[in-house]
Amino acid sequence: MSFGELVGVRRVFEQQRYGRLVGEPLVAIDEASLSFEEGEFVALLGPSGCGKTTLLRIIAGLIPKTAGSVRIRGEEVTEPHPDFGFVFQTPNLMPWRNVLDNVLFPMEILGKRDQAARARAFELLEMVGLKGFHHVRPHQLSGGMQQRAALCRALVHQPTLLLMDEPFGALDELTRMEMNDLLLDIRARTKATVVFVTHSIAEAVYLADQVLVFSKRPARIAERINVDLPYPRSARTRYTEQFMALERRAGRALGIFHEAAERS
Amino acid sequence: MSDNWKRLILPPLGILLLLLVWQWYCVQFKVAEAVLPKPTQVAGAIIARWDLLLEEGWVTLKATLYGFLLALGIGIPIAVAISNSKVLNWMFSPLLIALQSVPKVALAPIVLVWLGTGIESKLAIAWLVAFFPVVIDTAAGLQSTPPELLELARSLRASRWQIFWKVQLPAALPFIMTGAKVAVTLAVIGAVIGEFIGSSEGLGHLLLSATSQINTPLAFASLFALAALGMLAYLLVVIVEWLLRPLLPPAPTTH
Repeated sequence: MSFGELVGVRRVFEQQRYGRLVGEPLVAIDEASLSFEEGEFVALLGPSGCGKTTLLRIIAGLIPKTAGSVRIRGEEVTEPHPDFGFVFQTPNLMPWRNVLDNVLFPMEILGKRDQAARARAFELLEMVGLKGFHHVRPHQLSGGMQQRAALCRALVHQPTLLLMDEPFGALDELTRMEMNDLLLDIRARTKATVVFVTHSIAEAVYLADQVLVFSKRPARIAERINVDLPYPRSARTRYTEQFMALERRAGRALGIFHEAAERS
Repeated sequence: MSDNWKRLILPPLGILLLLLVWQWYCVQFKVAEAVLPKPTQVAGAIIARWDLLLEEGWVTLKATLYGFLLALGIGIPIAVAISNSKVLNWMFSPLLIALQSVPKVALAPIVLVWLGTGIESKLAIAWLVAFFPVVIDTAAGLQSTPPELLELARSLRASRWQIFWKVQLPAALPFIMTGAKVAVTLAVIGAVIGEFIGSSEGLGHLLLSATSQINTPLAFASLFALAALGMLAYLLVVIVEWLLRPLLPPAPTTH
């Protein structure tokens, strides 16, 4: 049995207006089945608005599914689990707390804000390169630094499953590549299982062990790509023939990279 | 001259200019003291009746601040209730708006019948006038909590209580401060309405009795005292805001 297993997940949004159903129900996810092992890095790749974020939120237990089953470690997910860490598209740090208090927020909610938690927070901050910034307020940090702090917040309670919703989508290209390397490094150290939503082909291929390419809405998994690029991956990896072949394959699955264009 | 100096010097300069025009007008057109006293006469009244103004001002200030605190103490829980419960919101929001649309001066005589001529009536009226902006701003603040933060809290299975104290309330705090600033100036008005309708003390009462004796300089002196009192009450809220600054988002800085 796999660590995470999704079978026939479907999600339909009924559109309501004034308490009455209107129009056709919106099928966000038609059918999604996938599985991943402990420690695996899974990328959900698809066009904007295709329903991949919805799927991530279903895995997180934040929203219900219409049909199908989501099992993590053999247990059906019906509500959020404190053993999951979530990173959003935007950092969403609390402006009224400094970086350290933001990172410690999950520990506070779980009633475990103690000396060990503080030590772990400092360790994480150092790992992401925010050493010495613990007392700084979020608005004094750049977007990339804020997202690093948000990453620490998602990791502070040592989740076994890290769910990331286009966490670097709002960052500039260079910062994004930097954050990709950071994430690979963190993942190697924490051995966390990661499900990562992105619409960047390069990001998906660079980070993941398994890329699931989604079709346009209603979402279906169009292709499953095994990424067997060796670790550690670095900037050099991006220029290997193997990397580019994988990118092409993902592009074809997305329907943005046609055979004709390839030939010319 | 630096901007800091300008900010320090220009406000009193503006007041001085206004007073000079006023003085000139009174002298030039020989306005009767009973109609419009000269600023110098008002200043004379302020100096002569300094103790009386302070005494009555203290009464009004107490009514203002207690009324304001009542507005916060009752307004914030109401806002919490209506922003957390759709049922309560739909039930009572129209009522709140209806209440706000009634001129509070019109309610004052009824309040007087209920609560008498003591401080209670003044508190009730000050509260009535001041609590609406507290409710509206607090509710807006609570509803402006970023949904992702609520989701983050939910993903950790935070209790409603934790979500309220650790996420919603701090997120609403800047809005509550804005509501408080509006409310405190309104509370002054409420207290004075209370003193107008039926009270034997306070600046409102002093103003009324001075005009009835055609002691216009004293009436103007009370007006000035009221203005000073309003600024003082506002200043107190600003000081509280300053003390709470670690919990508030940074003021936008201009470079």
